[in-house]
Parts: sequence; structure tokens; C-alpha cells
Amino acid sequence: MNQMNSNPMLPRSFAINRVLKETYDTFTLDLAPAQRHTGFSFAAGQFNMLYVFGVGEIPISISGDPNDPGRLVHTTRAVGTVTKVMDKLKLGDQLGVRGPYGTSWPVAEAAGHDVVIVTGGIGLAPLRPAMYELLSHREKFGSVVLLYGARTPEDILYKREVKKWRSEFDLNVHVTVDRAAGGWRGNVGVVTAMVPKAPFDPYHTIALVCGPEIMIRFTVMELRKRGVPDDKIYVSMERNMKCGIGLCGHCQVGANFVCKDGPVFRYDRIKNLLEIREV
Amino acid sequence: MPKNASNDRKLVVLEAAQFQALLRALQDGGYSTVAPTLKEGAIVYDEVATVDELPVGKTDEHAGGSYRLKTRKDKAVFGYVVGPHSWKKFLHPPTLRLWQVRRNGNGLEFVHTQEQPPKYAFIGVRPCELSAMQIQDKVFMAGEFADPIYQGRRENAFIVAVNCSQAGGTCFCVSMKTGPKAQSGFDLCLTEVVEKKSHFFVVEIGSDRGAALLQDVPHSEATPEHLQKASAAVEQAASQMGKTLDVSDVKDLLYRNAESPHWEDVARRCLGCANCTMVCPTCFCTTVEEVTDLTGGNAERWRKWDSCFTSDFSYVHGGSIRTSSSARYRHWLTHKLAAWDDQFGSSGCVGCGRCITWCPVGIDITAEVQTIRSSETSKPK
Repeated sequence: MNQMNSNPMLPRSFAINRVLKETYDTFTLDLAPAQRHTGFSFAAGQFNMLYVFGVGEIPISISGDPNDPGRLVHTTRAVGTVTKVMDKLKLGDQLGVRGPYGTSWPVAEAAGHDVVIVTGGIGLAPLRPAMYELLSHREKFGSVVLLYGARTPEDILYKREVKKWRSEFDLNVHVTVDRAAGGWRGNVGVVTAMVPKAPFDPYHTIALVCGPEIMIRFTVMELRKRGVPDDKIYVSMERNMKCGIGLCGHCQVGANFVCKDGPVFRYDRIKNLLEIREV
Repeated sequence: MPKNASNDRKLVVLEAAQFQALLRALQDGGYSTVAPTLKEGAIVYDEVATVDELPVGKTDEHAGGSYRLKTRKDKAVFGYVVGPHSWKKFLHPPTLRLWQVRRNGNGLEFVHTQEQPPKYAFIGVRPCELSAMQIQDKVFMAGEFADPIYQGRRENAFIVAVNCSQAGGTCFCVSMKTGPKAQSGFDLCLTEVVEKKSHFFVVEIGSDRGAALLQDVPHSEATPEHLQKASAAVEQAASQMGKTLDVSDVKDLLYRNAESPHWEDVARRCLGCANCTMVCPTCFCTTVEEVTDLTGGNAERWRKWDSCFTSDFSYVHGGSIRTSSSARYRHWLTHKLAAWDDQFGSSGCVGCGRCITWCPVGIDITAEVQTIRSSETSKPK
């Protein structure tokens, strides 16, 4: 049950093996344990608490491949106190890591179903591990659809990978941007607008949704209009977290701690909460 | 942490004059004895060496936003209810260093601050407070990850409970079914009886550890007369409750009323000062702070009590989730009386009344629930 003699608050040191600038304000860090090179197992959708020396610790979803435990990958946007300093770290610098924590995307349960992923902005980061899982067992699923929205073409995350997925014969990838300067000939508009025409069978679909809460609400509305039942929709929530292990109370939503009962929730279990303002 | 064994527990009598012997036996057993003391005009739990340090002959008067100490006519040792502090400050310290980290070149070396858990004997734990400990046990020890600080301190603690023989103006333990008589979770439980010519405690033995301790404390068999007086004292407290809270279907009531206009009404009075959460014996939220030294080579992580009434408590990139006071009060009250049950299997409120007494504007949890309830019946959906 619980782990008495260890301190679950104590991070482990991980070294930065690779820094990748994704967009002007997002970056990806590949990490490896500083001590022994043991793998880091996680499930798609889980997160880690990342600590930057002297600055603080924040929850960041894991965005690498669950089948490649040698590389611990996180993508984040430099917007807060901790992430802005994290953005300045260099190859070989170390971070503190605790995790993996939280619930995961129901990839195994999705076998035999169509899978539709709807996400916006950096919400693609926690869904990339699910994409990897779907692709590595592609034969188990029906049609696989990725609907992705970014603010501008410059904000599209994992651009090379998204392009590659788009070129696959057995994937349906649609990208849209909120606004674009000249030169963009792709979709313009909100990601939810792509749900009505997306090629999936609503009665045999699992939907995975991650993005700002407003996007989640409208995406769920569109999915339900198509006939996707509430218990086949999964959403990932974001809340302030200090501990990541259900002790600090910051991520309380209704009767849930987002850190342990989430971040991935089956929609029917939290829909009452999502309808309340400032919950 | 006492493990209560049987249902038919043994009852003995401890003369008030022998109370010091009880303290000494605990101290000889290696315990730091912590008990009510008088500090800054309030009853505050602190370490004591002798019985003289307890608020003998004192009592307290409680009302919404009001607390006054008074002198009693007798020499009762426990003739008051609860002060602003609860025992959580010992089990779940208000500030605590979690770990240190040293920079070594590029590397980081994390050093676990290993605590040798203190061995506390808590003397004068009220039944509502025992319930609060059992509620916090579920928060800190029943999940996948236990808090090692709480667990170490809790498992070491020896508990001398005291049944209440009088109730305060903001007490409602009878409504919450947590008092005024302790049911479980103690090593020893005292009921104080003060009369003109006699002053004694009926002691209920709740654990083997409690029985063993009494071997070093002079005591006698309890007679039916002793027991009758003790139960009369507890019955008196039960009849004096300052407040009542109708908890029938309170969970559904609050879930149904997430959008009640009454939350705005509370928000107009609430100062957002967080007092209610600090004094609450079950509120458990914490934040963390980073501390660095001047060399930049060492850092520490400290944990501190936090409150869901602060504006940055729910901050995520872009702003706070709960920006309004109404949302914060709703969050606190709905968690305490409704979601807590779904989350941890019991109410998060024990009816101690502290949040009412120590609210600077006297917001009363029992009255707010009642207002929501009656607003619903006057305007059925």
C-alpha cells in the first residue's frame, strides 16, 4: 500500500540529454537518470513533477514514447517562473524528477474502437504518448483521427512529426489555426469545428481530449452531437499542484484530486463539475 | 497511535491529586507531554512539565467571531472546550523542511531530511479532535502515498482524551456525531467530575499501552456512583450544544446548490483571511517554498500550511481558477460537508466550532447551510 520509509516528496536527479526548441515559446527536454541508467516506465497521459534548482517544482506531462523507457521526454511552454528558468537550462544540467503520477489515457480499452484525439496548443504534448501507442499497435484500432488546433502556424507543436502522421495512409490528421498570416493555405478556425466531419463512427469511438477547459467543453458538445456517449470521452484536466501525490489539496476538484484521480478523467465522471464556474 | 481492542473497556478512577503522577508516568515513558496551557489570552496546546501549567480553574466563552477566557468557581482542570489551535500543529507541522539539495557542478544532490519522529503524549484531546485525527489519518496515510512526517508522529502519539462535561457556544459535535463522548482512538479517556468535596477523573482504558501506563499511576476501582456522575457530566455537555447542523442529505443539498445566490451573500461578508482553514482540525492543505542560500549552491524545500481561501491557491497559467470569494467559500464548505464524504468516506467537519469562533466576521457554517436549505424549500425547483 503506502511507502512508509521513503520520502515521496524527494526528487531524483535527472540530467538533460537533449534540448529541442519546438516553437518560439515551447521546448522539449530529454532526460536520463543521473545515477543508474534504469528505464523510466510510464503510461500515456501521466505526468512528472519537475524541479528546477532553487526555483520550484511543477507538474509537466510526459510526452515521449512509453515503449522507449530510456528517454524521458517533456515538452513545456516557457510561461511561468519555473518553466522560464527551465528554458535556459543546457545539455548536462540536472533537474529533480518525481513521478510518474496520475491516471492515463485508456489506450488498451480503445482496442476495437475508432479513436479520435482532439487537442489544442500544448495539449498535444500529453497526447503524443497515446499517439505512439496507437501507432505501435495500429492494427488493433479502427480509424484513428487527430484533430489539432494551434493559435498560429508558428505555434504548431511537433511540426515534423505531425506532417509525418498526416502522410500516413491509415491516419486522419487535421490541423487548424486560430489565425494566420499570408502563406497559410490550411484550415483556419477552432478545432471543435472539425469534429462534425471527422471520419469516425461515433457509436464505436473513444475520444481523447486535452486543451484549455473552454476547448474541452465545446469539443465535448460537438462529440455528443455526433452521438459519442459520455463514457467514451476522456479529458485531461489541469490544476495547480504542489505535491502530485494527493497530499497538498491544491488540485481538489469536487471529490477528486486531479493529481491522482486524474489528470485523465472519463467525462461522465466529472461532467457535473465541468459545468460549474470556478469549481 | 492507540489501537482500541475490546468493546467492554475497563474503567478506573484517578483522583485529581494524582494527575501529576499521570504526567510523570508519561514523561518517564519518554513522551513529551503536550496539554492545554494559557497563552496570549487563549487556551493553546503546548508542552508542559507539571499540572500547574494547565488552565486549572479557567473556562472559555465562544460565539461567532468572539472568544473570551473566564475564571471558574471551581478548580476544574479541563473546564473549557477548544482553543484556536488543534493537535494538527503537532502531527502536521505548520512549517517543515522537506529536503535540501546541493548543487555539485551541473549535478544536484538531494538530501532527505530524515525526521526522528517526536514522541508526543497528547493530554486533553477532545472527542471532536479525536475524530479530526481519524479524518486526517485517511488523508495522510490511507492513499497510495503516505506522508511520512504525519505517519511517524501519529504512530508515536499517546492519546489521553477528555470527554466534554460542558459545551461551548459554537460547539455542534452532537450534530456531527463526534462527541461529547469519545468512542475510539484513545489510549486513555478521562471524564472529569468536580464537586465541592471531591475532584476525580473516571478513566476509560482504550489500549494495552494505556493499561500499562496506569500501572505506574495510583488509581482505584470505579464505583457505580463514580460512573453515574461521569455520565451525567457528559450528558450535560450534550444538552448544551451552542449550535446544531442539520446534516441530513447535506451532501446532495450542497451539490444541488453549487449555483445558489447565497454563496455571493457569504462572499460579501467573508474577508478571505483563511482563519477558518488554519483553525480547522481537518483542513490539510499545504504549499511549498524554495529557500536558497547566498552562495547559490544550496537550496531547501519547505512545506507550509496553505488555504483554499488565498487567491493564488488555484493558480494555473493564465490565472486562478477560483477568482471570487464566493467560489472559494463554496469550494471549502462543499468539500468539508459533501465532497469529503465521497473522497474519504466521512464528513470533513467534526463540529468543533472553531471556524465560527475564529471567523473575524462570525460567518457560521451551521447558519450558512441552514440558509441554503431554507432558500431551497421556500423556492422549490
